[in-house]
Amino acid sequence: MFDILIYVALGGVFLSMLGLFYRVIKGPSVADRVIALDSIGISLISIVGLVSIILRTSDYLEVILLIGILAFIGTVAFSKYIEKGEIIERDRNQ
Amino acid sequence: MSVMHGAILLPILISLFIPLLAKRIPTIHTGWFVLVVPVLLVSYFSRFLPGTMSGETYTARMPWLPSLGIDFVTYLDGLGLLFALLITGIGSLVVLYSIFYLDAKKESLGTFYVYLLMFMTAMLGVVLSDNMVVLYLFWELTSISSFLLIAYWYERERSRYGAQKSMLITVFGGLAMLGGIAILSTLSGSLSIRETYASLASIQGEPFFTVALVLFLLAAFTKSAQFPFHIWLPDAMEAPTPVSAYLHSATMVKAGLYLVARFSPIFADESLWFYLVSSVGIFTLFWGSLNAVKQHDLKGILAYSTISQLGLIMSLLGLGAAALHVDVLDDGLYTIATVAAIFHLINHATFKGSLFMMAGIVDHETGTRDIRKLGGLAQLMPISMTIAMIGTLSMAGIPPFNGFLSKEMFLTGVLEVSGSDLFNLPSYGWIIPVLAVVGSIFTFVYSILIVRKTFFGKRQDDQLPKTPHEAPIGMLIPPLVLVSLVVIIGLFPNLLSNTLIRPAVEAILPQVVDAGGKIDVHITMWHGFKLEFFLTLLIFTVGFILYKTLPRWQSLYNRMPRAISLNHQYDALLRRGEQTSTRIHDTVMTGYMRSYLVYIFGFIVILILTALYGFDAFRFAVDPISSIHAYEIILALVLVSSALSITFARSRLTSIILLGVTGYTVALFFVLFRAPDLALTQLVIETVSVALFLLVFYRLPEISRKEERIPFKLGNALISALVGLTVTLVALASLSQRSFASIAKYYIDNVADLAAGGNMVNVILVDFRGFDTLFEIAVLALAGIGIFTMIKFRRTGGMDK
Repeated sequence: MFDILIYVALGGVFLSMLGLFYRVIKGPSVADRVIALDSIGISLISIVGLVSIILRTSDYLEVILLIGILAFIGTVAFSKYIEKGEIIERDRNQ
Repeated sequence: MSVMHGAILLPILISLFIPLLAKRIPTIHTGWFVLVVPVLLVSYFSRFLPGTMSGETYTARMPWLPSLGIDFVTYLDGLGLLFALLITGIGSLVVLYSIFYLDAKKESLGTFYVYLLMFMTAMLGVVLSDNMVVLYLFWELTSISSFLLIAYWYERERSRYGAQKSMLITVFGGLAMLGGIAILSTLSGSLSIRETYASLASIQGEPFFTVALVLFLLAAFTKSAQFPFHIWLPDAMEAPTPVSAYLHSATMVKAGLYLVARFSPIFADESLWFYLVSSVGIFTLFWGSLNAVKQHDLKGILAYSTISQLGLIMSLLGLGAAALHVDVLDDGLYTIATVAAIFHLINHATFKGSLFMMAGIVDHETGTRDIRKLGGLAQLMPISMTIAMIGTLSMAGIPPFNGFLSKEMFLTGVLEVSGSDLFNLPSYGWIIPVLAVVGSIFTFVYSILIVRKTFFGKRQDDQLPKTPHEAPIGMLIPPLVLVSLVVIIGLFPNLLSNTLIRPAVEAILPQVVDAGGKIDVHITMWHGFKLEFFLTLLIFTVGFILYKTLPRWQSLYNRMPRAISLNHQYDALLRRGEQTSTRIHDTVMTGYMRSYLVYIFGFIVILILTALYGFDAFRFAVDPISSIHAYEIILALVLVSSALSITFARSRLTSIILLGVTGYTVALFFVLFRAPDLALTQLVIETVSVALFLLVFYRLPEISRKEERIPFKLGNALISALVGLTVTLVALASLSQRSFASIAKYYIDNVADLAAGGNMVNVILVDFRGFDTLFEIAVLALAGIGIFTMIKFRRTGGMDK
């Protein structure tokens, strides 16, 4: 019963991921794609979590944390790029 | 190391000190120091005469590369001694001549004598080596030193052209010989010429034996200027005259004859040998004498005359091979041809050497060698005229000089062999005597021409760059020595017959000797009213008539179109070769990375697919495949569709985002396939590289940031599809056929016990196989340093702001 629930949840996340993926390809603006990518990262977190339950292991908890950080950093980087065209600004005083 | 090795290497060792002598003692002409070497050698080698006369041979061994069977083994028999005496004897005379010919102040004597001594060693090495690789070594050294000597006046364009031409042609032949040596030594298992001869019976039937034969003959023909490889010799006349006299008449061009004579015992049983050597020789005789008549340059005439005479000797060596094909041991049947070859070889060296020196004297004293400008020098240069007279009459084959005797023997040999019933000769053997007689007629014509145009007729002092006068005595002595030899041999030919000729002939035809046949050399001036006597009369008469009517038919030569001349063909061949290689290079090396990638991928696909097909290597087994889950399929779909979308993406930014999606999906695969460490690393690396892509993308110039799709090219699509197919096939095939069990079991068992760790991936990385990790770290360090230097040490200016 529990297993079936997990699989259903996994299927749902996959479906949402496909939808997000459609948005990444389709666009139309870069911002749409970036947000889709960020959400894909979050879906990844849930997939990894569900898979850890299926595989009955706690080895992937680090991966979950990491994806969380990276998705954040990546989205910030993209946003900064879209806004300023640069990710790391040069220190003008040097 | 023996005295003989010392004798061979003496000239090149002395040559090390020549530049020093030339620089330190400029008051004495360097040639005087050099002269000692050949004189010493000629006296050393003449000590062997009594020995070789009684059939003795002398060998000495010096280990060089014993593990490869290459030892410097010298072998001196009648043939080797004959050549050694020619080389050192004429070498002495040429050095003496060059002392007076070359001006100590104007010329760089040091280099000249270094090259000349180098050549002398090379030539002695060729004729005295028994090991074929050593023979080849010295053979190439003759080519190189000849190249250096021809281009002695390197600032002249013609000299460089002649040197390059002779180098290309003779080295081509030399390399052919190397191939022949490789085949022959593989067949016989030995690099020694004598041992190869001893094991002849077992190798004669081999199919590659004839290939070796042809390769050896290529070497001999190119070196000895046989048709159609004769074209380098006339251009080699740009060398100083002592060089022409020494290399291009007496010694180096005879290296090919030596090779034919030396390998006669091995190859002469093949009928192909007989056909090739005799027909090429006889045609060269005809062609050389035909072309000699149209030359205007004295040395040009002599060059073509040398070609023709070498052809004569070559054809005699070929005809002499017929002696091996008769079982009945008649007295000297067909061996007369070989005897005549050796006899004429000696005679040619004497008279052609003297004629070249005469041409050098004329050039030296009048400033020109053009026979159209020369004339009437008889009163001014009586001694030179005498030399020229004797030399040319001997060359034309007029009694009582030695050329007459060898030409008679040549005719005898030609008639005897072409009249035999061997090798289909009855059907078209008549061509040989016809070509021989026609060649001799033209020889007669140009021989008269040389003397007549140079020394008789009207003097044209206004045409000459210098006021002509007789040469200094030192310049006259060497040719005088040679022409006195011409006369002495002419009058007393039997002086040579037992001392030099018979041992040499016995070395060329050991089969005849082994079978108990006797080689009886007896040269007579008068042998009765035979056919050859009447042929000689015919040659003289027709030659005289042709000479008298020369102005009327000489224009016929100009009728021959230039396009079919061999020189023109040679030049065209070089030019076309260069053009073709440039064109190939230009089409293949486009300078675009994309075309090289097409080549690389194309070859990978072709090689792997043909290998898969040719070795029947493709297998597909179902049992190693584990069960597939639905989420794996979905993930694969995401991966494939994002990868495909990259190729169709309209903007680069989309591509970068899609690349990120691909990377994250791969990370998810790692999760599914239970590789947490890989998943962690993959996620971080993917994020960093996407960030880097963004960084680079921003730096692109405005114009190339234009948003457009990757243009579709059928070829590229095809190749990428094929590469994908190939890789897939290989992956499936290798998955389906595992030869061994995995070694992973060992790691699983020992990860805790031996390495005290729980994480197996990390234990492998830092413990079991930490060495790889070390160098991966090094790679990362290098990449970091590389990026740092590339950014920091940019070229300032130019592209930078």
